Amino acid sequence: MIRLPLVLFFSAFLFSAGVYGVLVRRNAVMVLMAIELMLNAVNVNLVGFSANLKAMSGQVFALFIIAVAAAEVGIGLAIVILLFRNRESINVDEVSLLKW
Amino acid sequence: MTGQEYAFIVLAAVGSISAIATVTARNVVHAALYLVVTLSSVGAVYLLLGAEFVAWVQILIYVGAIVILFLFGLMLTKAPIGRDSLDNQQRWVGVLVAFGVFAGLAYLIQDAFPLQDAVAAPGFRGSTEAVGQSIFHSYVLPFEAVSFLLLAALIGAVVLARKDDET
Repeated sequence: MIRLPLVLFFSAFLFSAGVYGVLVRRNAVMVLMAIELMLNAVNVNLVGFSANLKAMSGQVFALFIIAVAAAEVGIGLAIVILLFRNRESINVDEVSLLKW
Repeated sequence: MTGQEYAFIVLAAVGSISAIATVTARNVVHAALYLVVTLSSVGAVYLLLGAEFVAWVQILIYVGAIVILFLFGLMLTKAPIGRDSLDNQQRWVGVLVAFGVFAGLAYLIQDAFPLQDAVAAPGFRGSTEAVGQSIFHSYVLPFEAVSFLLLAALIGAVVLARKDDET
């Protein structure tokens, strides 16, 4: 079977790619995509530990995280569409109304 | 190295490369399609790890639903093409932070689970039956909480995205 550190390194790499995307992208939809990458990294960790420890809890929590991610994307895209309707732009650096 | 590890390394390489492509692509639709590749290879990794139900849920929910939602979001908003309109000016800071995060995580992983003395655990197959038993025996309350969260998200999305005609 697969040794645990390999799975953890893959997950760390996916998470770092997500961090880069969140920091660098201007388009709000692309930021949400990068957040999905980070959530996937967490799921890979959970499933990897579940296989390594022979416990089902990891897989159950991975399923919960998938459900929460689906909810998050639904709300996030609703907010993005609302933003586009009000401001004609979904660049996150132009949404600075609350910034002093 | 077992055959499963070779397969895992190939899938992880494909997933990592397309993850990089997702966050660096100049065309937003291409980024969404690279995201499909990443999510599919993560699903295949779940299959290799013996989590068949999670793997198929990953394919159904992520590749089937979430990426379609992303594509709808991209089509409904004017998506500019080109790196300067997609990325901000702090690209090198982003590279630095992401590399720092990866280096820190890799150091911690190597510290906690050294690769050279990791032993491959014998086969584990988390069947759908076992997942169901676990959810409905031990995790009924979180399951109900998740269903409530999904209902709240559904209502919230409808309320947010509809047009206010009467006001």
